[in-house]
Amino acid sequence: MNAPRLTDTTLRDGSHPMRHQFTPEQVARVAGALNAAGVPVIEVAHGDGLAGSSLQYGFSAHDELELISAARDAAPDADLAVLLIPGIGTERELRAAAERGADVVRIATHSTEADISQQHFAIARELGLEPIGFLMMAHMQEPEALAGQAALMAGYGAACVYVVDSAGALLPAGVQARVRALRGALGAGVDVGFHGHDNMGLAIGNTLAAVEAGAARVDGCLRGLGAGAGNAPTEVLAAVLERAGRAAGVDVFALMDAAEHVVAPMMAFQPMADRASLTIGYAGVYSTFLLHANRLAERFGLDARDILVELGRRKAVAGQEDWVLDVAVELAGQAAGAASDDTTGVGV
Amino acid sequence: MPDRIGVAILGSGNIGADLMYKLLAQPGRMRLALLAGIEERSEGLARARAEGVATSHHGIDAILADPAIRIVFDATSAHAHRRHAELLRDSGRVAVDLTPAAVGPYVVPSVNLGAHRDAGNVNLITCGGQATIPMVHAVARVTPVRYAETVSTIASASAGPGTRQNIDEFTVTTARALEVVGDARQAKAIIVLNPAQPPILMRNTIYAVPSDPGFDRDAVAASIAAMAADVAAYVPGYRCRSDVVFDERETPWGARTVVAVLVEVAGAGDFLPVYAGNLDIMTAAARRVGDDLAAALAATGLEAVA
Repeated sequence: MNAPRLTDTTLRDGSHPMRHQFTPEQVARVAGALNAAGVPVIEVAHGDGLAGSSLQYGFSAHDELELISAARDAAPDADLAVLLIPGIGTERELRAAAERGADVVRIATHSTEADISQQHFAIARELGLEPIGFLMMAHMQEPEALAGQAALMAGYGAACVYVVDSAGALLPAGVQARVRALRGALGAGVDVGFHGHDNMGLAIGNTLAAVEAGAARVDGCLRGLGAGAGNAPTEVLAAVLERAGRAAGVDVFALMDAAEHVVAPMMAFQPMADRASLTIGYAGVYSTFLLHANRLAERFGLDARDILVELGRRKAVAGQEDWVLDVAVELAGQAAGAASDDTTGVGV
Repeated sequence: MPDRIGVAILGSGNIGADLMYKLLAQPGRMRLALLAGIEERSEGLARARAEGVATSHHGIDAILADPAIRIVFDATSAHAHRRHAELLRDSGRVAVDLTPAAVGPYVVPSVNLGAHRDAGNVNLITCGGQATIPMVHAVARVTPVRYAETVSTIASASAGPGTRQNIDEFTVTTARALEVVGDARQAKAIIVLNPAQPPILMRNTIYAVPSDPGFDRDAVAASIAAMAADVAAYVPGYRCRSDVVFDERETPWGARTVVAVLVEVAGAGDFLPVYAGNLDIMTAAARRVGDDLAAALAATGLEAVA
């Protein structure tokens, strides 16, 4: 049976729960441990990709180029990947990342907007980077429609297109239907990948389901350090794949050590399916809204779950962290209005 | 209408059509003399003829052949505009550029309407720029802005192939104009496409970090309210969704109070759908700038006669 190619994104998706405060030293230690464990692809970037450092998403403590260089030096064997979200990052940052030694770029769009990535695929090819398509919020699209978007990215030169369950909202059957649809729509030379989140406790199960349906590349984060309830823990995924007869060619025990001794001590908190993260999966919203919703809920005296459910109702997509503020302001206004109505009622 | 200035629209697509309806409804000092496209049987030209507007499918050549045309709105593409710009300049016409070519200086009507009357070519930046630069400027005219950041979210259905094929152009041009016209020391622009059905109205979030942590909040809020009214005078669907939010944040410049403004832009529905506020704000800005240029040209003409 085929074994999938593992990408560890502790140093990219994990940027969210780390509030984008990774230091070059931390990056070097994580990348070094992953390299020693034989992980073939390591992703490093701000959680929202190149140029993600912002008020909207959170400022990085350190220049992303320094982090990329730190990973490059510490991980000489692995391919180094960066994330680029068109509309946030541009050609300029991609060129800078390539100069620092990136080998792979994952170009991410919402699951209906693949055609905004064409120029970035062209630049990636020109720079000699392996270009991978990343279709976010895949749960919002039916399998056939998603496959149509993947075919666009394949046409632009993608070596692989990912089904990205950004909201951790998919169930195993939904994952398999999407992976199969992409597998059927893409030529033999183009891989299908899967990236899961654990908001409903299914990151490992969904990833295994994806592999069984034909996904050739899958993602994990050490200790599950990613947005929302985190991603499939890389060390768990490696063990599960081995027991499933699809060993990914990595050292499971070295990954356990990396998770336990390198990553866990750095973590501000352990991502898990707590009530806000579970609501993200349940309502189908972008996992990175978690900390923004928690912060603004506290400031405006709201329940973060109310904010998240309303964002789901509005069909917010990846990158719309400003809508968390918009919804919080609106809900706080409604609450104030209701409170003043009550006061009037008491007075009468 | 001898005192009205002859103007032409170059480009018979959706933007050109929407601008045509605006110029017919509110001509101000302008007289729409021609709508020029390059497809003889295009819907846009047929629509113009139905409104009694002269048309041509000879594009820029038809405009150059009519000496009564003094101002030209270019609603084609950045690539085409670079060529048109030279031809228009050489024949003494004033260009109002709705493409991202940025050949001429940037103009946002509520900020620097008359600043570049003599430039011969003015550029309207991007939809996001038209929607957000006024708010950054509203803060900057009260207290210096160290950093500004904007997020423009538009309905997927309103993003045409030109935007989609070169989305970097949006972020780079908007950020530059936030600095040059908005007066932020440093700026960043983000664009998000949202495919929700029914389509969402254009939304913009404007963040500004004043250099002075102790800036006057009331003065900033008053300036923003006044600016919103100024923009709404030429873009009726422009409004703030809430009071200004003052948010305490950690920034690269230390703990700062961030000014956050949430803006919604509904289109006028002249031709394009109401949700396409991002396109409406471009044609509305073009009409406003054209009217100002026409008034200036008319005044020059009067002086010459006197």
